[in-house]
Amino acid sequence: MSDLLEAARAGDRRALSKLLSAVENGVESRESLGIPHNSGGGKIIGITGAPGVGKSCLVDRLLRTFSAADMRIAVLAVDPSSPLTGGALLGDRVRMQTADDDPNVFVRSLATRNQPGGLPVRLGLMAEVLVASGFDLVLVETVGSGQSEVRIVSVADRVLLVEGPGRGDSIQAEKAGVLELADAIVVNKSDLEGAERVASDLRSALDITGNPPPVLLASARNDVGIEDLADLLLSLPSRSGASMARWRERLLTAWDAALLERGDLDEVLSGLEAGEFDADQWVAEKLEE
Amino acid sequence: MAMRIVIAKPGLDGHDRGAKVVARALRDAGHEVIYTGLRRTPEQIVRTVLDEDADLLGLSSLSGAHAFLFPRICELLKEAGADEVVVFGGGIIPVDDREQLYDSGMRAIFGPGTTMAEMGEFCTAVEARRSAGEPSGVGEGGDWKWSGE
Repeated sequence: MSDLLEAARAGDRRALSKLLSAVENGVESRESLGIPHNSGGGKIIGITGAPGVGKSCLVDRLLRTFSAADMRIAVLAVDPSSPLTGGALLGDRVRMQTADDDPNVFVRSLATRNQPGGLPVRLGLMAEVLVASGFDLVLVETVGSGQSEVRIVSVADRVLLVEGPGRGDSIQAEKAGVLELADAIVVNKSDLEGAERVASDLRSALDITGNPPPVLLASARNDVGIEDLADLLLSLPSRSGASMARWRERLLTAWDAALLERGDLDEVLSGLEAGEFDADQWVAEKLEE
Repeated sequence: MAMRIVIAKPGLDGHDRGAKVVARALRDAGHEVIYTGLRRTPEQIVRTVLDEDADLLGLSSLSGAHAFLFPRICELLKEAGADEVVVFGGGIIPVDDREQLYDSGMRAIFGPGTTMAEMGEFCTAVEARRSAGEPSGVGEGGDWKWSGE
């Protein structure tokens, strides 16, 4: 085990912070750290949902609640990188005041670094490093759009989908996607008109699936329903039927990572650009090897 | 190579237009920028820098408390052993106050009229110094400071 991991386990925040950077930048790996594959024990919880539904505010409230119960909680908050410059503005901490004060809380902001699926390739290992460092719970907040909503199941043991009022009619609740994979759904902004309606639309849409996930109402702004949500997250079973989808996303994540970490990636991209071969052809050749 | 940069608003000053523009400029220069939001204490800012493992810290102030807050933050960073973090500041900072801020370990003070391009050039200069092993961090000593080179 690396010295940094040992120091992080002993509660050294700076060592933990340096360790996370080393993992994020590929300096340390699962093998070098001796971290076993995630056993799916329920300590890593993905928080997903469209931009603006209140994920960060909700996470801040959850942090307060868990910390008050003397739990140690870590957050990995992901925001998008620019596809043009590679830069990113990571703003989730602005809404997480707890992140700056509470000794039980550790928050790290991550940029997607333009990984497919909107999840940084090493996000999963970073979450597992936090578990290995002794955190009782790791919350992973996604970008909240596109494929990242589904891809989060490859990293998280449980997925909480955050919804809100005013995001369309009841047909939205019937659409396929992350709704089918979420282990629980919370309709935030319950203080606003229409929240009850969204929750009941979701419940009726999910009821016919058999074994529907729980749908809660909460207001991060008014601190309503947070205790119930926190309790639920601690005892939430994994939703049945989603298991194959989970493994599919895990496979895709590993596949993407292997591709993007190839030493010859730039040459391959130049080859594609110059028309020396096409992408399907290249992949087919590599699969045969 | 992208760096991780915290842009912070210490104290009770509520004017964040400048901080947001700088955050945006550094984002467009290809860096990962973490914005703290308004009204953070020196302790909170230092914790953010450490937890986020930032390479640079930019402090913004308009209301006049820079002479107390900026050196305090530099002091806390050094106490925490984060000597390598590069600290710069901006806002309304009278020229007469600047020497004291440089003495506390800050490497650049940007005033009104600074271009986004200059912010990017400063970051490039910092990167070059870091990779050459030349002192640029808050606790690394030396007398280098940005002068628009």
